[in-house]
Amino acid sequence: MNLSLSITKNIHDWLFNMMPETAASLVEMTIIALVYLAVFAVTGLFLVLLERKVAAWFQLRLGPNRVGYHGIFQTIADALKLVSKELTGTVNADKFLYNLAPYFVIITALMALAVLPFSAEFQAFDINIGIFFLIAISSIGVIGILLAGWSSNNKYALIGAMRSGVQTISYELSVGLSLLTVIMITGTLQLSEIVEVQRNGWLIVQGHIPAIFAFMIYMIAGTAETNRAPFDLVEAESELGAGFHTEYSGMKFAYFFLAEFINMFLIASIATTIFFGAWLSPFGITESLPWLGVFWFLGKTLVLVFLMMWFRWTFPRLRIDQLLTLEWKYLLPLNLMNIVLMAIIVWLNLTIQF
Amino acid sequence: MSYFSDIYNGIKTLLTGMSVTGKYFLHSQKGAITQQYPDNRETLKMFDRFRGEVVMPHDENNEHRCTGCQKCELACPNGTIEIIWDRQVDPETGKKKKMIEKHIYHLGMCTMCGLCIEACPTDAIKWAQNFENSVYDRTTLTRVLNKPGSKLMPGVED
Repeated sequence: MNLSLSITKNIHDWLFNMMPETAASLVEMTIIALVYLAVFAVTGLFLVLLERKVAAWFQLRLGPNRVGYHGIFQTIADALKLVSKELTGTVNADKFLYNLAPYFVIITALMALAVLPFSAEFQAFDINIGIFFLIAISSIGVIGILLAGWSSNNKYALIGAMRSGVQTISYELSVGLSLLTVIMITGTLQLSEIVEVQRNGWLIVQGHIPAIFAFMIYMIAGTAETNRAPFDLVEAESELGAGFHTEYSGMKFAYFFLAEFINMFLIASIATTIFFGAWLSPFGITESLPWLGVFWFLGKTLVLVFLMMWFRWTFPRLRIDQLLTLEWKYLLPLNLMNIVLMAIIVWLNLTIQF
Repeated sequence: MSYFSDIYNGIKTLLTGMSVTGKYFLHSQKGAITQQYPDNRETLKMFDRFRGEVVMPHDENNEHRCTGCQKCELACPNGTIEIIWDRQVDPETGKKKKMIEKHIYHLGMCTMCGLCIEACPTDAIKWAQNFENSVYDRTTLTRVLNKPGSKLMPGVED
């Protein structure tokens, strides 16, 4: 167990002095889980607010500006409203699965956050198969969506869930392959080592042409994986009501909603870690201040989140057959060609190193 | 080889779209078209084409331009306008002449079609830009457009 949180080193030592090792590890894990839960619930709320503000600016509106200064408490008010609402359900729903589904979605989204390297020392779980873990965990979330659609006993929810299954299975492939392309340079799956490799230049610079292609493919497939517009066939307000979460209300709906935004953050932060050097500052300008790494990480992630919001408020939605055509006829073959290109570049040592 | 040119064109058009929305995003701080209505009640100016209600403008001598020809009353499809008129002796010429006593306008029945304003030969009535028309008592929706004691502006009939 490599819980390398040197910010909390004192708490760590104190805990291990106070109780036996097993109990201390358990307590430590619980504390970290609670901190992550609290921080990312707030992050999710902040991202919802950001999304609404950015959407408003794209459409020449003002956005939420009534609750608090320029509306900063709007999403907190919304969350409080959702907490206080009744949890309605369908009579013929499969109650066990119906109640289980939101937790599947939110827990997988939060679990994946554990391996992200927010700073040199600030990483909860530095596993040696980091990227593999991320891809595996993020595809469990679709089970929650399928369960939600299936157990709601609602045809629209079921159609939405089936679309989600099709979409996620297809686009997982592109996400995995595009990450594989850049892993060819690093030669490791461990996220902290991937960051160390990028001290000689971010991977999007090191891998130049194929890395840029891989980044483009990753962003398209990542947007599709989070079920956001222009790939929001799962929710499809105009066709399916609200898709898989039609029958959910109150806090259970809020879990799905929050999970969508945490997933968006996750996709952006994976891209930050793999392509843009995670917490490394550009040209090492803040090398002497390691704690600034968190701000670099979050800054880069927010830029990529903004890019995904830009996609959402620019592009029209795809039809389901267009969605599959894009993946299987365009992204996948290009991705495979890209891998070959990257292999040649790595083989001939044509990467750009500073 | 239309496959690769399709991809090229696809990316190009996507970037074109993103540049358009990006421009909107950058200019949104100045160009937001949202009116924060109850806050800016004093400064809010409705646009010229807005149809609030029919009014009859009067000048500073309390004179209007309505000759009482009743063309607006005839043009109105749902009887919103009633004109009560009388033949009176014109003090200047000494002849009997048609003059309006009351130009009654039922705002509650008006559909804002604008046919009366198009029909008016002397431009006596026009659209007002006010929009806070809700009242507690519907009898207040019946309005007399000509002010009490007003008379016809000289020279309108010529």
